[in-house]
Amino acid sequence: MSMDLPEGMKLIDENGKRLDGRNADELRPIRIEAGVLRRADGSAYVEMGKNKILAAVYGPRECHPRHLQDPTRAIVQCHYNMLSFSVDDRKRPGPDRRSVEISKIVGEALEYSIFLEQFPRTSIDVYIAVLQANAGTRCAGLTAASVAVADAGIPMRDLIPACAAGKVADTIVLDLNKEEDNFGDADLPLAYIPRTGEVLLLQMDGHLTQAEFNRAIELAKGGCSQIYAVQQDALRRKYSIAAGENGGKEEEARGNVA
Amino acid sequence: MSKGNYVDILPLSGKYVPFSGDEVIGTVNDMTSSNWLFDINSPYPGVLHASESPWKVEFGATAKYLELGDNVTARILSVDDSKHVQLTMRDQSLRKLKGGHVVDIPYAKVPRVIGKSGSMIEMIKEYSRCKVLIGKNGRIWIDGEVENVLKVAKAIRIIDEESHTHGLTDRIRDFLESSFPSKHG
Repeated sequence: MSMDLPEGMKLIDENGKRLDGRNADELRPIRIEAGVLRRADGSAYVEMGKNKILAAVYGPRECHPRHLQDPTRAIVQCHYNMLSFSVDDRKRPGPDRRSVEISKIVGEALEYSIFLEQFPRTSIDVYIAVLQANAGTRCAGLTAASVAVADAGIPMRDLIPACAAGKVADTIVLDLNKEEDNFGDADLPLAYIPRTGEVLLLQMDGHLTQAEFNRAIELAKGGCSQIYAVQQDALRRKYSIAAGENGGKEEEARGNVA
Repeated sequence: MSKGNYVDILPLSGKYVPFSGDEVIGTVNDMTSSNWLFDINSPYPGVLHASESPWKVEFGATAKYLELGDNVTARILSVDDSKHVQLTMRDQSLRKLKGGHVVDIPYAKVPRVIGKSGSMIEMIKEYSRCKVLIGKNGRIWIDGEVENVLKVAKAIRIIDEESHTHGLTDRIRDFLESSFPSKHG
């Protein structure tokens, strides 16, 4: 997976700091906003470092095309899309091998968390738009999509936080950025529910020893726990703001949605 | 509320799932020779067979009684396992809604619009002198003077947006008092 490192670039410096100044076990700054789109049933916006991702959920609604309908449960139709301006070189618009794969795995992770059997014959449509990409968009996309599903009021087992760990310059690090992903040795995206310990998505690109793998999983799980808290906070905030504007009952409102 | 290993959660949003016996407000979406299909603000359309309507409908004459876009109050007769919904209008209280204005809110907020034993809705009716009908599916029909209808729609929108906050009834009363100054002094 690794490309040749450009001359003079040090992924990890003498003090153990990474290119963007982070420690090995540190996430990029993350911000989540719930309910950002008026016409969608549920939506969320995630910024994770330089990643900017918008997710929208429609449904449960009548399933089109009809032949995909399942008389016993709802189906999840997930569309991951990188916009043409999301990367340095213009990305040719439209689905490609990579985005079809990501749509599939993210959709399957969501399927697991949603109580599909409550909505037979329907479709839950999830759209993930990557506005700006800087490595780790599948994880940030799933993180956003899961908040959007919750915002749509669709009953689910839990929120799904996701983040990657990897190996860079012989060190196991959390949440790779673009340079680390391109020039690093391994990348391991993980979606994990801290409350139950369930793993809903796990991929690996590159090589790791058993010990390195265990360490990477441990780091990624820690990252997921942090993201999970930010996801919950985003949903709480959506309702407390409305109350704050109209008479400052913020605290009570928080209690109601908690 | 939790009971053993189960938790009961009141959602703040979400789609209406039809339940047998619910009274809903539907809008005609499509029709066949002997059926009307209603949009009941849900992922599933509601089917009203001519024999469940209050009229004696001849085969192929469905359009004589209800046209596309017409609103009715109906009761959900049955819902099967794959959520095929049958409606009925065979009851004195169920009828075609002529005129008026229809607004949609999330079904989960219906109890907030009605209030404790109808306190909220009674207050709205009293101030506005409008007729208001609320379907379990979150569709609300308002009829009266155009100006008043719009004010009621505004009040309902406020309830929708602030349904999870405290002191809602007082704020709605303030809103109604300023909107309908003639009444109550």
